[in-house]
Amino acid sequence: MSLAALPILVPLAAGALSVAFWRSVAAQRAIALAGTLILLFVSILLMQQVHSEGFVVLHMGGWQAPLGITLAVDMLGAIMVLLTGITGLAIALFSLGDTPERHEKFGYYPLMHLLLAGVAGSFVTGDIFNLYVWFEVMLIASFALLTLGGERAQMEGAIKYVTLNLFSSAIFLSAVGILYGLVGTLNMADIAQKLGQVEDTGMVNVVAVMFMVAFGIKASAFPLFFWLPASYHTPLVGVSALFAGLLTKVGVYSLFRMFTVVFDHDVAYTHTILLWVAALTMLSGVLGAAAQFEFRRILSFHIISQIGYMILGLALYTPLAIIGGVFYIMHHIIVKTTLFLVSGVTYRLTGTHELSELGGFYRERPMLSVLFLIPAFSLAGMPPLSGFFAKLIVIRAGIEAEAWTVTAVALLVGLLTLYSMVKIWAEVFWKARPEAEDGVQRPEPRTEGLVWMYVAITGLAACTIFIGLNGQPIYNLAEVAAEQLMQPQGYIDAVLEGRP
Amino acid sequence: MNESNTLILRTAALFLMPLQLLFSVFLLLRGHDEPGGGFIAGLVASGAVVLFLFSYGVREARSLLRVDPRDLLAAGLLFGLASVFPALLVGDPLMTAQWWYLPMPGGGTLKLSTPLIFDIGVYLTVVGAILTMVFALSQAESDA
Amino acid sequence: MEALYAATVGVLMACGIYLVLRARTFPVIMGLTLISHAVNLFLFATGRLALRAPAVIGQSETYTDPLPQALVLTAIVIGFAMTAFVVVLALRAVVELRNDHVDGVDPDEDWRP
Repeated sequence: MSLAALPILVPLAAGALSVAFWRSVAAQRAIALAGTLILLFVSILLMQQVHSEGFVVLHMGGWQAPLGITLAVDMLGAIMVLLTGITGLAIALFSLGDTPERHEKFGYYPLMHLLLAGVAGSFVTGDIFNLYVWFEVMLIASFALLTLGGERAQMEGAIKYVTLNLFSSAIFLSAVGILYGLVGTLNMADIAQKLGQVEDTGMVNVVAVMFMVAFGIKASAFPLFFWLPASYHTPLVGVSALFAGLLTKVGVYSLFRMFTVVFDHDVAYTHTILLWVAALTMLSGVLGAAAQFEFRRILSFHIISQIGYMILGLALYTPLAIIGGVFYIMHHIIVKTTLFLVSGVTYRLTGTHELSELGGFYRERPMLSVLFLIPAFSLAGMPPLSGFFAKLIVIRAGIEAEAWTVTAVALLVGLLTLYSMVKIWAEVFWKARPEAEDGVQRPEPRTEGLVWMYVAITGLAACTIFIGLNGQPIYNLAEVAAEQLMQPQGYIDAVLEGRP
Repeated sequence: MNESNTLILRTAALFLMPLQLLFSVFLLLRGHDEPGGGFIAGLVASGAVVLFLFSYGVREARSLLRVDPRDLLAAGLLFGLASVFPALLVGDPLMTAQWWYLPMPGGGTLKLSTPLIFDIGVYLTVVGAILTMVFALSQAESDA
Repeated sequence: MEALYAATVGVLMACGIYLVLRARTFPVIMGLTLISHAVNLFLFATGRLALRAPAVIGQSETYTDPLPQALVLTAIVIGFAMTAFVVVLALRAVVELRNDHVDGVDPDEDWRP
């Protein structure tokens, strides 16, 4: 039996159940924990199935591809679903400790499940219009989570976030329309097969670039990333971490999917654009971070620069580079979520995100300091943590492809990332906490529920170390994923098998 | 939102609302084979309640509805979810439509199906979601 | 008919983009709505335009592609949900920020939050 639909159904069922229990916060918490646990379990099973069978395909409602909606999971999809499961569980644990009851009553948990369903749906679907639908499911849940609580800064950030994302959806939809007009099918495998026969290659390039723009906005790639630093630091920390880990990565995943399986007709044109986009994204993200002095804003800008590395892996378009990109996604989702969650703990204990007002955590909470150092050094690419291998593979692919400029940029950005992490370390953990100004009352640190938050952070930090220490097996998974992406015929055959 | 003082609207709402609700059920049931369906039926039904709300105020509309709109939303989602699984029992792929024909006294047959269950789910979800939103908005306005 | 249809889509899109670039939330919402209308019409046209051809086989001699119509239907439903959400968001923002500027601060007013 094919498990492809379960990563969608589990969070949807959990979401529907938590709406049904909207009167009882305790029940919703239990459902959140159970739902994300089951999701993780299901994603592990799916990973096993993909690992043994190569591709897991499910034709919904018994309609054969390319007529019906097909769910098709390859190794990349399975990896992404597994990461969704891990992140989902971590966020659920963290939320148990950190979400104010006011938010819980206004549907925090159902929205979280809906978001997870949208993310998982985007990863498993094999149909381009279905991908659009899951994008929208994810977006509407993210809009609601972003504005939950309704504070001033949230409103301001949300308007930009919503406008740009809706605009990108419009571009996405138009591109789907043109593509359908060209090839008459929506199934990605079928599109990939028929696109080669289209004579109007100029039009195909137009469609490719439209998809690039649409997914680029969602992935917050240069030059359309402004919505991200405007909004990601405003909601609850748990929500920020969920967004930071998963949302932009859905955009990156779609770029990987479309620009390997579908648009491989004119690599010299499309992937050169991607290469420049990658370089500029890395650079603008890291420079933006250098100018910031607010914990979550620094982290938000670093998401952008890291997205650059992933796109770089795709843009170089050699087997090694794709492996590097996939490895980078795995590493980044876990590390970024951890860092955001750490910022949540420091916020809980001090009530501020401003670096100038934080401090003294090394003396007060050595444990937390270690939990920050692991992902921070990993992000900067220190051996033997996951980020070192991720950067190593991408940069080595860059050198092999003789793309000197971009590789140099990537190395420089790595250095600047270290600068940002050291800045946070020095300001938040190392220096003594500044005395409160006269008349300003510091809020009492709230320690209830802190255990849950620590459990989530420790688990994720353990994952980082695990990836670092077990580089080879993880590399092998990424290798399988890259092979399947570089030779899309296997994917196409698996989806279209038994076609009339 | 304060209730409207227009006599015409108040009287008309009382007559229109039952008609709109009936029409919404009609749209829901003819949905699968002919124009109609859960979504627009849900819109029509919530339109009926919103019209009542405009003329009599939030509190009256809430008590008219009896159940909380969030319960409708939850019921709708669960219905929608439930329609996915019967296919598995018969051994078909997930979400395959299942039809049951029940002979009725008097010669007709009653056609029941999973798409109908799904449509009812959509109907309740739409009504629940829109009313939750409209109630919250008009509550905020009358509180302000 | 094609020229008229294309012009309609173009004009809707142009108006939408103009409105999205305004600085107040209400025009921005109107702009987003117009853009989504333009995209929906465009999507409808990808199945090729035809006269007197229903999307059902057997109703007449010719029939059109039903798939774009199904897509448009889905897109309309999603667009409806999005618009409803954005309206709610904008109303909340007006209440919270006391103005309807997209940056949250009205440069023409002296009052600051």
